[in-house]
Amino acid sequence: MLGTTQSWKSKLLGLLLPLFGVAVIVGLWALTSQTWAKALPSPLKTWEVSLPYLVEPFAKRGELDQGILRFTWYSLERVAQGYTLALLIGTPLGFLLGMSRVFQTVFDPIVQILRPVSPLAWLPLGLVIFQHPGPAGLFTIAMCSMWPTVLNTALGVRSVPQDYLNVAKVLRLSRTKTLFKVMLPAALPYMFTGFRLSLGIAWLVIVAAEMLTGAPGVGGFLWQEYNALIYEHIILCIITIGLVGFILDRIMGAIEQRLKVD
Amino acid sequence: MALLELREVEKSQGQTHVLARASLGIEKGEFVAIVGFSGAGKSTLISLLAGLTKPDAGEVLWQGKSVTAPGPERGVVFQNYSLLPWLTAFDNVYLAVDCVLSDLPKLEKVRRAERYLAMVGLSHAQDRKPAQLSGGMRQRVALARALAADPEVLLMDEPLSALDALTRASLQDEIERIGRVSGKTIVLVTNDVDEAILLADRIVPLSAGPSAIFGPSYDVEIPRPRDRRALNHDPKFRLLRSQITQFLLDSRQTRRSSTLPSSLPVGELVGAMS
Repeated sequence: MLGTTQSWKSKLLGLLLPLFGVAVIVGLWALTSQTWAKALPSPLKTWEVSLPYLVEPFAKRGELDQGILRFTWYSLERVAQGYTLALLIGTPLGFLLGMSRVFQTVFDPIVQILRPVSPLAWLPLGLVIFQHPGPAGLFTIAMCSMWPTVLNTALGVRSVPQDYLNVAKVLRLSRTKTLFKVMLPAALPYMFTGFRLSLGIAWLVIVAAEMLTGAPGVGGFLWQEYNALIYEHIILCIITIGLVGFILDRIMGAIEQRLKVD
Repeated sequence: MALLELREVEKSQGQTHVLARASLGIEKGEFVAIVGFSGAGKSTLISLLAGLTKPDAGEVLWQGKSVTAPGPERGVVFQNYSLLPWLTAFDNVYLAVDCVLSDLPKLEKVRRAERYLAMVGLSHAQDRKPAQLSGGMRQRVALARALAADPEVLLMDEPLSALDALTRASLQDEIERIGRVSGKTIVLVTNDVDEAILLADRIVPLSAGPSAIFGPSYDVEIPRPRDRRALNHDPKFRLLRSQITQFLLDSRQTRRSSTLPSSLPVGELVGAMS
């Protein structure tokens, strides 16, 4: 009896404490908007101005005036494309880095140098190469988000236990069978950690990509509303981006956990 | 001509000289046990016989031909089971059947995998993953996997050393039965002299490493099926056990006195002998 009361209490606390955290931040925000940063919209004002975009989340009033979830959907589509591209390039690259010492020696320095380059630097290059903002955006997302996939896949491949490889050798598994039946499943948990981190970065990059290309989406909307002096919508976009990123990470985390159980 | 043969094999691993001029012939249908201390190079020996590693000098011969790579005619049961954790017990066995006997029709392969799982008494657990099986069950699956691929010789690398005493005894009986019924050539590596005597036709002790060498062969002339309870009172068993134990202890003694000035306390020797 005591145990259940306590767990009930701790559940309640687990719910109330985060809400308290939100309240503190909103309080600070309100205080800031009333005192030293008068241009910053107050929480209440933000709520009022954002309401039309929330109650009709899929409305399309014009190219640059749409419901927040519609914008989010555009961004998600773009991220999905860029992210898929990143996985398609990053996974084989990771396998090659993990399997071949020569390949690793040749390409690892390049990976290490390209990895910290900001999306703001890749985008102009993408525009130069592709001449169109669409593919340039995808290029940027892929270039920024593939590295965790590359590195974790390589780590996963290197960590395949020698025992499993011995089994493959004794059974005379062909190279492709060894790859798909032994190495891939053994490396999968590592790879998925990479996929998860990559998705986080891809979502991070979307704002920069849309800002600079002016493509419709949650990042494009943010930049356009900044130019239109509707600062409330900047905050709406920030909160949306954060929530979506959080949900994506949770989904990937759940899949990752399932892979690790076995 | 021996079925499987080590001829003057030398092997080092890193700085350690593991095997020195190791020669051993294994005849078809024979059950040979190689007994030695932990770290004497027993696993290296199995790797060499399996073709997973190459000798520095000398040769490993299969039916007179040099062994350069692993092959399905030499099945291996690894010390740590080496089951693929993402596959069920059935799929682990099926993978082996599918790879080695790829020409069989699918239904035949499925039946074969099921038959060998049944042989080790695991039909009820065939859909479980290795993580859901006990150590003894895992080693049974590994045994079924090796046998289902129909090897001509079964190489076992301390297959029972990680198991508790009771499981170990029941698997020993299992291996004895499989060896007797299937008539397969078996090489068992173990650190347990009693286990070797219970199972093998012939025992070859491996001296303490580094630079381990084979001792003289001991034929086990105890009729099968062997009863582990009766064995303890069998004078042949007791003589064999004391001879082999003596050889192993002497080899360690020599090793120690050549490397360390202090010698083994006499009490330890006597205790191990009795």
